[in-house]
Amino acid sequence: MKDIKYILFGIAFGIILTKAEVISWFRIHNMFLFKEAHMYLIIGSAIATAALSVLLIKYFKVKTLDKKEIVINSKALNKGTVIGGVMFGIGWAMTGACAGPIFAQIGVGEWAAISTLIGAVLGTYSYSVIKNRLPH
Amino acid sequence: METILNVWPWYVAGPLMGLFVPLLLIVGNKLLGISSSFQHICSIVLNTKKFAASGYNASENRWKIFFVIGITLGGLTAKLFLGDGNVSFLPQQYYSLKGLILLFAGGFLVGFGTRYANGCTAGHTISGISTLQLSGLIATISFFVGGLIYTHCLFPLFN
Repeated sequence: MKDIKYILFGIAFGIILTKAEVISWFRIHNMFLFKEAHMYLIIGSAIATAALSVLLIKYFKVKTLDKKEIVINSKALNKGTVIGGVMFGIGWAMTGACAGPIFAQIGVGEWAAISTLIGAVLGTYSYSVIKNRLPH
Repeated sequence: METILNVWPWYVAGPLMGLFVPLLLIVGNKLLGISSSFQHICSIVLNTKKFAASGYNASENRWKIFFVIGITLGGLTAKLFLGDGNVSFLPQQYYSLKGLILLFAGGFLVGFGTRYANGCTAGHTISGISTLQLSGLIATISFFVGGLIYTHCLFPLFN
């Protein structure tokens, strides 16, 4: 049960998502309308901070807490990256939530997001059933 | 106190979110990603033969279920203690049958799309691009193409 500690990381991440309104349908809508820079600046500065940190980890050969080599798996690029990506983008704009924010929306009391979560779980399941028949 | 209760500015929230990439790598050799938590929920509630045959690695992704339980509690914490008690995050129209169906359909696309693309804004946009993966960049561009199509072409039809 060493995975239980990730609840604490999740709480911190959930607070940041909520307090910065990354989980707000209105913020996502204004992002896609190019009305606000808020979301672009958050995404941009998150990527920049992460990239700089990963660079430092590699440069100083930082190990994990239990002294293991840090491994970063790369993800394959295929047709699914684009087709699935566009599908996800439509869903993101509809619900105002990418994966993490669905949970934060439920936590903050927007109970309609439970409908989003049920959809997401069934969507995930449907993909696992028909994936062999999809172009990749 | 006032500053904590107001909306957190991008230059605080963005870097803090980005720091989860090195933090999770150093603590547990985990790459930040969230959408595979849906797979873990499937492995618990929809664990059919077909799902089992899809090759999902439960032990590798178990931490994500704890991470998203935490995210839910984080939202609750913000509501109870950090001034988000009366903030609206979803339009009022979504609290109707039509709205719930739209959210379900959007959620379905999020679930299906993230598995098909193998990641979401956490796994592809933040983790992928920051570790210089082309798949992360292409996925992110695709996310925005989808979002722009909905917001500019489909949204006006539904409202």
